[in-house]
Amino acid sequence: MENKNKVLLKVENAGVSINDKSLVKGVSFEIKQGEIVTLIGPNGSGKSTTAKIALGIYKKIDGKVKKYTDKIGYVPQKISIDWTLPIRVLDFMTLTEELTQDQINIALNLTGVEHLKDKSLSNLSGGEFQRVLIARAISKKPELLVLDEPVQGVDFKGEIALYELIKQISEKMKCGILLISHDLHVVMSATDFVLCLNGHVCCSGAPHKVVKDSKYKELFGDRASNILSLYEHKHDHTHSQDGTIDQK
Amino acid sequence: MLDDFFIRALLAGIGIALITGPIGCFVIWRRLSFFAGTLAHSALLGVTMALVFELNIAFSVFLISAVLAIFLLQLQTKTNLPNDALLGLLAHSSLAIGLVIIGFLTTIRFDVMGLLFGDILAVSQSDLLLIWGGGVFILIILKIIWKPLFASTINYDLAKAEGMNPDRYNAIFTILMAAIIAISIKIVGLLLITGMLIIPAALSRNISNNPLQMVILSTIGGLLSILIGLFSSLEFNTASGPSIITAALILFCFSLIKFKKYSELKK
Repeated sequence: MENKNKVLLKVENAGVSINDKSLVKGVSFEIKQGEIVTLIGPNGSGKSTTAKIALGIYKKIDGKVKKYTDKIGYVPQKISIDWTLPIRVLDFMTLTEELTQDQINIALNLTGVEHLKDKSLSNLSGGEFQRVLIARAISKKPELLVLDEPVQGVDFKGEIALYELIKQISEKMKCGILLISHDLHVVMSATDFVLCLNGHVCCSGAPHKVVKDSKYKELFGDRASNILSLYEHKHDHTHSQDGTIDQK
Repeated sequence: MLDDFFIRALLAGIGIALITGPIGCFVIWRRLSFFAGTLAHSALLGVTMALVFELNIAFSVFLISAVLAIFLLQLQTKTNLPNDALLGLLAHSSLAIGLVIIGFLTTIRFDVMGLLFGDILAVSQSDLLLIWGGGVFILIILKIIWKPLFASTINYDLAKAEGMNPDRYNAIFTILMAAIIAISIKIVGLLLITGMLIIPAALSRNISNNPLQMVILSTIGGLLSILIGLFSSLEFNTASGPSIITAALILFCFSLIKFKKYSELKK
């Protein structure tokens, strides 16, 4: 089954340097439909850089990147909207793609921020803004999603729900996902393939293999190896973003 | 009717306001106010070049602006000086070179004041044709590139990642800015075109909450400035270009008052 899935992105021995200083080098991986590939590594290890290489944002790179789809949704790590630009969530949703009102509502509903539709982007909190960013990226029904720390600033419960959503999307929409995350719990439980970066690829493979790798232990410490048991939590109800309770 | 100089001035001003309204919003959003000023300063050099080589003024100004924009891009890759320093360098040196060359042109009588502040009351029918023809062209292009240009304005990486080619649209927008300066230099002058680009857009930001609304209000603000400015210059016998900009500034002050009340109401 696995082999029948289309390859969406192939990165071969890629790297990038700015002013003769190498940011990251020798990265190779591929993403297939319905697969989640995760990049982990300490700060400055080249995770975002690798994502940008894969997306074709840099003008000059070493190695090769082959994209087999144009339907891409991107959640950048950092995005700041200047006050001089008045823009509502609604306007932001259709930034790169025309969407119907229904499509906008559905996507915002999925990430729990439908009530913010007419709010100004500059008035949102960090977590709310992340939810809008994710909603925008998935609303265009991409074949490839690139998520650079998508849940930064999101509250703990929202974090779990959003990762759950991301997993659902990859299964239901058969889309490939390149994820950058600091949350090793989530990474190890929901990922098909992990690349551990530190300027280059330290180790890579299926999560249960990577956690046993000595280089992984060196980078993250011994405790990080024992995290494969996912946080489990039973709840008889859920809360919407506006605070109301949805009974299950 | 077009024989009347005042009607022609009104038509020219309305044409300019219709173009500067939307383009001015992008100038503000993209933080290009200083860049627009630099292009306008270089227009003086463009005009003197037109006189030396007997070229069409609008064409020559457009050419010089484009060369300046390319030169700026080159400078940015060669030095780490901040953008505002580079812009200041280019603005004042191109203005200076223009004035030096004027010094050599002893045989040609030359109205520098007219160039700096424009002479909307001396607009001819062919000028009108240039403004309206060029204006429609500029606005059509802007309409076509609106979406990718807007996405690139919000975030370069995001636009690029999702297949928008921001470099191309940034370049097209720079060309549009050069074009608008070229066609309006005779009417509002090089010192005031930047004002027409920035002030109406700035006042509309105070009273709008989405991009389209800001563009519409900016255009209305520009139109009002033109009308108020021109009629008051007729009434008080003041210079027309500066009167238009003064009117725009007064409107801007009104937009501040209204904005404060509005936000108080919301609380």
